[in-house]
Amino acid sequence: MDALKVADLSKSFGQRQVVRDVSLSVSAGETVAFLGPNGAGKSTTLRMIAGFLEPDAGEAWIAGASILSERTQAQTSLGYLAEGAPLYLDLSVRSFLAFLARTHGLSRAEAKEAIARVADEAVIADVLTYPIETLSKGYRRRVALAGAIVHDPPVLILDEPTDGLDPNQKVAMRALIKRMSATKAILISTHQLDEVEAMCSRVVLIDRGEIKADTTPKELAGRTASGRLEDAFHLLTRGERAA
Amino acid sequence: MIEAFAMQARPALNTLRAIYLRELAAYFLTPLAYVFIAIFLIAVGAFTFEIGRFFDTNQADLSPFFLFHPWLWLVFLPAIAMRLWADEARGGTLELLLSLPAPTWSLVVGKFLAAWTVAGAALAMTAPMWMSVNWLGSPDNAAIALGYLMSFLMAGGFLAIACAMSAAAGNQVVAFVLSVAVGFLFTAAGLPIVGSALGPGLADVLASFSLLAHFEAAQRGVLELRSLVFYLGFIALWLSLNAIWVSGRKGG
Repeated sequence: MDALKVADLSKSFGQRQVVRDVSLSVSAGETVAFLGPNGAGKSTTLRMIAGFLEPDAGEAWIAGASILSERTQAQTSLGYLAEGAPLYLDLSVRSFLAFLARTHGLSRAEAKEAIARVADEAVIADVLTYPIETLSKGYRRRVALAGAIVHDPPVLILDEPTDGLDPNQKVAMRALIKRMSATKAILISTHQLDEVEAMCSRVVLIDRGEIKADTTPKELAGRTASGRLEDAFHLLTRGERAA
Repeated sequence: MIEAFAMQARPALNTLRAIYLRELAAYFLTPLAYVFIAIFLIAVGAFTFEIGRFFDTNQADLSPFFLFHPWLWLVFLPAIAMRLWADEARGGTLELLLSLPAPTWSLVVGKFLAAWTVAGAALAMTAPMWMSVNWLGSPDNAAIALGYLMSFLMAGGFLAIACAMSAAAGNQVVAFVLSVAVGFLFTAAGLPIVGSALGPGLADVLASFSLLAHFEAAQRGVLELRSLVFYLGFIALWLSLNAIWVSGRKGG
């Protein structure tokens, strides 16, 4: 069974249709890149899957539960890192993680254990007592990711998890995602091609709200004469460099 | 059946509790709650003793004290509630909240209860006033207790409006202005000047929707069931609107 399944999601803002009949699926143990240029409809699609936006049409299931008719159950199985990694800056890292653990129904003892686990996984143990507002961007991203996995969900949706990070921070974040990928279904929104090649077994390419490809990075790259993913991206999105 | 209900309610209650504690911490770990309580106490004292002429009445009761509560709540409570949803929208954390496994009403109620707790704390800190009138004479303590209860419920009404406006406006300043404006309408509807301008029939109808009119009944020492129902219904109505406006953001 697919841990995450999306069928024919559509969304318009006013007259502008930003997502059109998007369908995709992710199985446990699979890391799928949701690739597309800026403004392609990636974040809107992820927001609909996470239950933050209501689709005009279509449906999404997380661990078999519908995000429309069984929202609470679906969201229990989901870890969601929203675009920009929003955080409560006035809280300490520990308080923030404890808040999220409580919302997921973890007892005090379970929360303590979970915070220790995610602090270790996200390499934030040394800043647990720090106010979030004092942390660097890289740490904030990791804190947000730790918050997304504090309840150990089977499905992870990460919206541009490495955006704005320096090269060292990117390597660390990718290593963390790779470690988690063995057991979880992970959907990563990105427009960074090196990220796709480094972490993902499959790529779903979206442009102007429509799915243009759903295949392996290797097969996608092979669609161009150069065999480069970058050229395939250009070919399928804007076509400026069609091979 | 009860077990099934408990299974469904548990995530909502977990989130409600977590939101309540988080908001309470946001109030008390920053100067917000302390400044609010301090200024409320100064204002209520000034109004009671200076404008209400507390000592000139020569009566051991708290009528001059309760007299100004509707107007003080009207201005002060939007100040503590205006940030509740506007801040979430501004900081992007609304997306975080709405992706939590809980119904929207649990978020709404959790935030409201935290703000109501701060209002309750401010009200509780006026207790020395109650002790003073007992020291000065023999007041009707049941009537005073009723005044406190109804003031607390009225505060809930003003807060519920402010919470809803914070969700609707998405901006703190706009939320504050709208809350005061809407709160004023629901207060002024019970003023005699409004009643005399509209005639007795319409005035009675309007007064039945006034936070002020129901509070004045309590000040006479009369506990009216319809006033209790009104305040609780009023709070429920505005919290429902709050939930609808928060959910409305899902539509994009």
